[in-house]
Amino acid sequence: MDRREPECGARYVYAVVRPGAAAERLAGLTGVAGLPVRLVETDRLAAAVSDVPAEEYSEESLKLRLEDLDWVEATARAHHAVIEALGSGGAVLPLRLATVYHSDDRVRDLLREREEEFGALLTRLAGHLEWGVKIYALPEAPAPAPVGATTGAASGRDYLRQRRAAREHREDAWLAAARVGERIDRELAGLVADTRRYRPQEGRLAELSALPGVNVANVAYLVAVDDADRFRALVQEIAAEDPRVRVDVTGPWAPYSFASGAS
Amino acid sequence: MSTPMNGPARSVQPYGGGSNLADILERVLDKGIVVAGDIKINLLDIELLTIKLRLLIASVDKARELGIDWWEHDPSLSSSARGELDGSEDRKVLAEENRRLRAELAALRDGRGAADRIESNRRTEVE
Repeated sequence: MDRREPECGARYVYAVVRPGAAAERLAGLTGVAGLPVRLVETDRLAAAVSDVPAEEYSEESLKLRLEDLDWVEATARAHHAVIEALGSGGAVLPLRLATVYHSDDRVRDLLREREEEFGALLTRLAGHLEWGVKIYALPEAPAPAPVGATTGAASGRDYLRQRRAAREHREDAWLAAARVGERIDRELAGLVADTRRYRPQEGRLAELSALPGVNVANVAYLVAVDDADRFRALVQEIAAEDPRVRVDVTGPWAPYSFASGAS
Repeated sequence: MSTPMNGPARSVQPYGGGSNLADILERVLDKGIVVAGDIKINLLDIELLTIKLRLLIASVDKARELGIDWWEHDPSLSSSARGELDGSEDRKVLAEENRRLRAELAALRDGRGAADRIESNRRTEVE
């Protein structure tokens, strides 16, 4: 179909899918800024897009808007909702937030230029979903000796002993968390189609988060839909074995982490 | 701004379904396919933004508890603090803010409490 777009419009692109059934999943859905979502298609692929005002999605505007957390939150949720809807019925390749083209033709250029790559990824990801697994070490906080009381000669040795015990305790919890991570990797290898490892959330972030613990591993697993229940059950089982370890599982997600080919 | 929706401490969280804002942001900003759109966005800007979001989202409740509220006066982090900025003014503010953010990050990384600092010094001495 050859639409004529108004000159001022831009295309906000959410994701790449196979054409066909995807159109039904977009019916009635609203995307960024409450705008409708439609497909721009080639013979083999389709992109989910919204027509957005060009002046609000120019380089300058986007740069400012990406610094506005309210805008980012609303846009991220809308972006994600469209991808969820598309992914509920088939493979979807999410694009990064705020991918904008000038016209439908430019979107089709993209689909044609990378048709082979996108097609192969869609085939590979079909029937799979992503699960996030974050593993935390939970050192039982040992009562730390008051810092100011460490200079007295009599308490110096005790203080050192306490510090050492506390440190060993933390290290034990850390090692336990690492072991849980290894077990999950090893015992779930048969259920996992692919894995991406991310930087753990570190330092002050973990300390200040609502939950205790040090994030030791932050991993995304690609799992076949049919294996999802077993995957979750096994992760839960492994996680439950060590009280010094907490495992947060999130998902299922559209395969955000696996949408680009290489690790 | 939403706060973390993590449940109470237990082995495995209940079925999440991916509604947690922090997790959504992590994915839509960090992951997914990167294509060269017609509108070029500096990925460095986005990475900086991601760091800010992580700081904010992971810590907002606890930080308020501790009386830390720097973002509420930060034009780029709070729309209520954002004044009337023209282009050049905005650029200046952003540059200044980036500088401060880096310093804050370093301070946060460093500021794990006096006891830990002492311990890490001690470890350095021992090892």
